[in-house]
Amino acid sequence: MKIEILGTGCSKCKSLEEATKQAVAQSGIFAQIEKVEDIMKIMEYGVMSTPALVIDGKVLSTGKLLSVTEIVEMIKAS
Amino acid sequence: MWQESVNVLVYEWLKMPREEKLSDALNFFIYDTVKILFLLTVIIFAVTLLRSYFSTEKVRVYLSKKHEFTGNIFAALFGIITPFCSCSAIPLFLGFLQARIPLGVTFSYLISAPLNNEIAIAMLLTMFGWKVAALYIGFGLLVAIIGGIVIGRMGLEKEILIDVKPIEGELSVEIEHIAFKTRFKEAYDYTLDILQKIWLYVLIGVGAGAFIHGYVPTEFITSIAGGNNPFAVPLATLLGVPMYSNAAGVMPLIEVLTSKGMLMGTALSFMMAITALSLPEAMILKRVMSLKLIGIFFGTVTLGIIGVGYLFNAIL
Repeated sequence: MKIEILGTGCSKCKSLEEATKQAVAQSGIFAQIEKVEDIMKIMEYGVMSTPALVIDGKVLSTGKLLSVTEIVEMIKAS
Repeated sequence: MWQESVNVLVYEWLKMPREEKLSDALNFFIYDTVKILFLLTVIIFAVTLLRSYFSTEKVRVYLSKKHEFTGNIFAALFGIITPFCSCSAIPLFLGFLQARIPLGVTFSYLISAPLNNEIAIAMLLTMFGWKVAALYIGFGLLVAIIGGIVIGRMGLEKEILIDVKPIEGELSVEIEHIAFKTRFKEAYDYTLDILQKIWLYVLIGVGAGAFIHGYVPTEFITSIAGGNNPFAVPLATLLGVPMYSNAAGVMPLIEVLTSKGMLMGTALSFMMAITALSLPEAMILKRVMSLKLIGIFFGTVTLGIIGVGYLFNAIL
């Protein structure tokens, strides 16, 4: 599983990255976490409000700081 | 009713003398902070809940089908109901252009969105009532629509520093169904988050307001910001532009200033200048726009705001 966090470096984006790391640890799966800061790559996903969470190329959330539980649920659903 | 409770607290329980500067200032401080924080909570929660039904992604699809004028009008209107933070100004700006939305329409949105942020609207409703809030929104829309059209007509596409590739084919968004319970919870969390960020500014703003209320003579404010100074509007606007959009701290100050003789148009210009334009936003936009374009953007909006101030002072 590949999880990407899209964000241009605002404080919310960093918090989302932290929450994602915790969620991955909690759900005990093997996942590659990548922080995407390049604005052109973010645009390719059609995302306009950061931070966004992308799992396996699918945009699951935009403009929101998700809680660890919410991310765990998204990981399970994917 | 609330004023009476505060009177009882200050004059009877704390046994502070009536008609004295310190007790007046304290009375005003308690009355105002509690009133503002309570109404802010209610209004921000309501606005956030309403906003969860709109997203910038949906707005983009809708706007990409509109032309000039109607596009500018809708872009300005959408600016009211969609959430906006200056940290997402760049993805938003590029995202609109990517969807082949004209530059002028994009600017109408970019002017309207920060101007009509939930904190500013909530503070205005709380402190000045719905009439002034409606005028602020109405004139704000006017500035956003006209500003966008003017910038759009100048042919400034080459001033964008990043080469934006248009999206091929039709744009679409997946419609997701979110339960009302979830929206309610999210709006609640967001409201708490906002309150945590601004409560201190409200206290400081009201504190400074209480000080002016009690100590600064009315004649002093009237002479600077009253009807006799023809340059009050541009002065207020230019003072407001570099300030960061912290409506929470500034509105209580403006309330006191207007009660002490500052004209409402001057006050409106000041508020708009603070929310619509800020130096941090200019720094962020510098990554995608040339300095010339940022200059034209800020210049057009500043002129529009000054115009609104004079117009408003002339009408009332």
